[in-house]
Parts: sequence; structure tokens; C-alpha cells
Amino acid sequence: MLRYAYLRILGAIPTLLLVIAIAFLMVHSAPGGPFDAARVLPPEIERNIERAYHLDDTLFEQFTSYLQGLWHGDLGPSYRYRDSTVSELIAGALPLSMKLGALAMLLAVVAGVSAGIIAALRKNTIIDRIVTGVSMVGISIPIFVIAPLMVLVFAVMLGWLPASWAGSGSSDRLLMPVIALALPQIAYIARLTRASMINIMSSDFVRTARAQGLCTMSIVRYHAIKPAMLPLLSYMGPAVAGILTGSVVVEEVFGIPGVGQFFIRGALNRDYTLVLGITVVYAALVIFLNLVVDLLYGYLDPRIRGR
Amino acid sequence: MSAFSALRPVARYIRASRMVAICVLFLLLVALVALAGPLLSPNDYISTDFDNRFGAPTMQGMQFFGTDEFGRDLFSRTLLGIQVTLFVAVIASIVSLGIGVIYGATAGFIGGKVDAVMMRAVDALYALPFVFLVILLMVAFERNFLLIFVAIGAINWLDMARIVRGQTISLKHREFVDAARLIGVSTPGIIWRHITPNLFGVVVVYMTLTIPQAILVESFLSFLGLGVQEPQTSLGALVNSGITHMGRAPWLLIIPASVLAFILFCFNFLGDGLRDVVDPKNKT
Repeated sequence: MLRYAYLRILGAIPTLLLVIAIAFLMVHSAPGGPFDAARVLPPEIERNIERAYHLDDTLFEQFTSYLQGLWHGDLGPSYRYRDSTVSELIAGALPLSMKLGALAMLLAVVAGVSAGIIAALRKNTIIDRIVTGVSMVGISIPIFVIAPLMVLVFAVMLGWLPASWAGSGSSDRLLMPVIALALPQIAYIARLTRASMINIMSSDFVRTARAQGLCTMSIVRYHAIKPAMLPLLSYMGPAVAGILTGSVVVEEVFGIPGVGQFFIRGALNRDYTLVLGITVVYAALVIFLNLVVDLLYGYLDPRIRGR
Repeated sequence: MSAFSALRPVARYIRASRMVAICVLFLLLVALVALAGPLLSPNDYISTDFDNRFGAPTMQGMQFFGTDEFGRDLFSRTLLGIQVTLFVAVIASIVSLGIGVIYGATAGFIGGKVDAVMMRAVDALYALPFVFLVILLMVAFERNFLLIFVAIGAINWLDMARIVRGQTISLKHREFVDAARLIGVSTPGIIWRHITPNLFGVVVVYMTLTIPQAILVESFLSFLGLGVQEPQTSLGALVNSGITHMGRAPWLLIIPASVLAFILFCFNFLGDGLRDVVDPKNKT
């Protein structure tokens, strides 16, 4: 197990470096500098600005100093929000985005797993059809269609929930964003759970348990649920990536002041350092969570360690 | 084994269920609409009419979907949106197909350590938040159309590579490959002349799964305002501007959103069933 963990951790580092390098290169191979839009400056001043932002160094020097900064948690100055650094901006917005993401993830797992198990146990009944059908729809409809439609129905037409973040209570304003963010993941998780549960329920050890006279509920609880959850675990990595991407949309639609909003503002204003910083932070987060999932998987399923 | 024999179970599958037939018909219709685009409407998609802003859907003047905030005909704009969205998606899928087939066939055919390393790289790439990298690309380079294709194609090749690799491994021990090797055909020659043509069926099936993914990414970018720029439009961009005015003119949101949702649903529904046909192991 230790060897496995060691190899996995070692493997995650080059992936992270590669992503940072790709993201960095993309931003720096952009035609035109970040200050081109400003009025024409005398050449001496322009050189000073470039020196202040280290734009006159070679690309490699810039990259290593960016990495050094990163090591100390410094993502550089924002080009548009002149008063704050990128790290400050992200640190200010991250807790809210994390809260949103964590709640959505929790909801997705609880609702998805329950729906999946019920569908699997009632295979080929009307309940199963409903779960499979709804999850197919849930997978197909993108979050930027679901979220605004929810606002239209529940906030604009029915007036049950607040349409926007500003000027409303704290708990009911989280409800719609969390549900919107969780819906596609609920659909995926329900499908995965259903498939793997059906697979497990037809395996030999479940048949043995049945022969011993155990009722379905205790078979599910004591025998089936653990092995059935394994495929789900490997979906957690993509699920996290999906939730992060989705949160950009949800924050935009509901006007939530999280990291996603900064990301969109940064992208539209060509705030290179901000967009780069958020990409790097999110990539690191996803890679880290994937590592955790990998380690958990290795812990739960010893067969995988040998590979 | 002819290139088309892999498609025979696919044809059987399409004939088997009514839902599948509906989806196929709907997508064929969408494809036709996409080919003709705004030409199908008597109104053009660009001229504004400030006396008729937020017009409700009406038969009068054939403005079936109403008008938007500039009084432009939403029916024509939706047709244009379908055209642009599908065009981007198909080109992007071809790009991802190209990368995926070459990568997967190479890894599968060479095998051993090379294969292990190449597939490990695919695993590592799987979990990355790719959309963020694409947006970064959009920010760095002006939002040009070509780049959208390439970027979307570049992120969508992973599935294709995995599937193609599996197929290649099952193909490479066949007699005709041994025969080709015996008469001295080089490895790239064998991959190109003997392996890739036999991947045709699987690749076509997987296209039905990559196209909706590409549509999703394109409309996501357009939704954020980073994709297609005015006066051009795409389904994502239409949804985005529909949100701004949904209190006043809900049809501006509901119509493009449902068109997009239907297209995605049909592609996913078909692709899902087709995948089970060609790759029963993966059945969900």
C-alpha cells in the first residue's frame, strides 16, 4: 500500500507541473501585451511597467519565477483589479465557491446513490424506467439551460425563491444554485450506481446470501453496497471537474460572488494573471482530489495496487 | 471484414425501437436545417426592427419564434444558431477523431511499455478541468472561430483514443496483419492501410457521442460570451441573451434552450444505445 501511495503521489506532481506549464505557455504566447489597450506611453515608462511586471525577462525566467511565487502562494498581481493580488482575489471568493461545490457534491451523492439503488432493486419496473429516463434527460440538458429555466419557473413565475444572490436570506438563496449544480451529477451517479448495483446483485456471493435466507434489505446493507460503490469512487474525479465547471455557470446565472465570477470577468477583460491563477488553483484541486480518490481506491480494493 | 460490417448491428438497433427511430428522424431533420440555415426563413437574422422589440411568437410575417431585444427574428436566428453550433461540433469531432484514432491506434498497435505510458497519460488527462484550459486559450488568442474547433477537438479525443486502442489490440493479431508484416509493410503503413479502415464502424458510433460533447463545450463558451460573436450566433449564445430578458420575453430563453436540449438528448440517447451495441462490456 505504501509503495502504491508513493507511486501515485509521485505521479501527480508531473501532471500538475505539465498543466501549469501548458496554461502558462498559452497565456504568454498570446499576441499583444496586457497593457496594449491603455493609451500610448513614452517608451521609458513602458519599459518600466514591463520591468515592474517582469515582462522583459525571458519566458523561462518568467516561468520559474511564477513557479517560485506559486510555491509561496503568490499568483502575481491582477492586471485589472489593480489594488489586489490574484491570491487575495481567489482567497476571498474561494470559501463561497467551495461551500457551493461541497453542498452540491453531497446532494449529488446522496440523491444519486439512493435513486440508483432503488432503480436497481426494482429493475424493469415503472420506477426503474422513471429513474433511467430522468437521468438520461439530466445528463443531456446542460447546466446553463437548467439553471436559467429554474430561475424562470421558481423565481420569476412562481416567486418561491429569490432570483439573485444579492438582497436575500442566506439559506434559501443557496437552494437553487446547489440543486442546479447537483442535477447533472445526480443523473450520472444514479446511472452508475444502478448499473453496478445490478451487476453486484446478480453475483455469486449475493446468491449465497439469499440462499441463507437473508432479506433484500440486509443483503444490500451488509454485502452489496460496498462493492457496488467502487465504480462510483472512480467517477468522483470527473465529478469534481464537472462541478467546478458547472459552478462557473451557476455563479454567473445566480450572481454569486465566487471564484467562477472572477473567472468570467477575468476572461472577458483579458486579465491574464487572474485567469491563469484560477486555472492553476482549480487544476491543482482536481489533481489533488483525484489523488485522494486513487489512494482510497487502492485502500479499498487491494487488487488495484499491483498495477 | 469489410469496413461496413461493423455497422450491421447498428442498423438492427435503429430498427428495433420507436424512440430510437424518433431520435434518428429528429437528428436528420436538424441536419437538414443546419445545411440550409437561415435560408429556410423568409426573414433574415440580422436586420433590426425597433418598433417590434420582444415581439411574441406569431404567424404574422412568419415570426414563429417572436423577436429579440433588437427586434430581430428569433426563428431565423435559431436556424443560424443550429447551423453554427452543429458546424462547430462536427468540425471539432473530426479533429478529435483524427487525434484519437492516430493516438489510440499507435498505442494499441505498438503495445508494451509505449502503450502503458501513452495510456497512463490519457488517464492523467482525463480528470483535468479542460474547459478552463480552453477558456484560457480563448482569452489568450482573440476569439477566432477556427480556434474554437481546434480547442474543442483537442479536449475530446481521449474517449476516442481509448476505444480505438482497444479495437486495435483485437485487430493486430488477425491474419491479414501478419500477412502484411510478412511481405514487409512498415508499422505506420500497417496502421494506416490495415488497422484504421477496420476501425470505421466503432469510430462512426463514437462520433454520436463526441458530437454532443462538442456541442456542449461550444454552447458553454458562447454562453459565457467567449465563443461565437455577434451578429453571428449559436444556440449557447441565444440561451445567454435569453436569460437577460426572460422576465419580459420568456420565449427568448425557452425556445433556444429546448432546441439545444432536444438535440443533445437525441445524440446522447442514440450514442448510448449504439455504444452498448459495439462495446457491450461498457454497458450501463
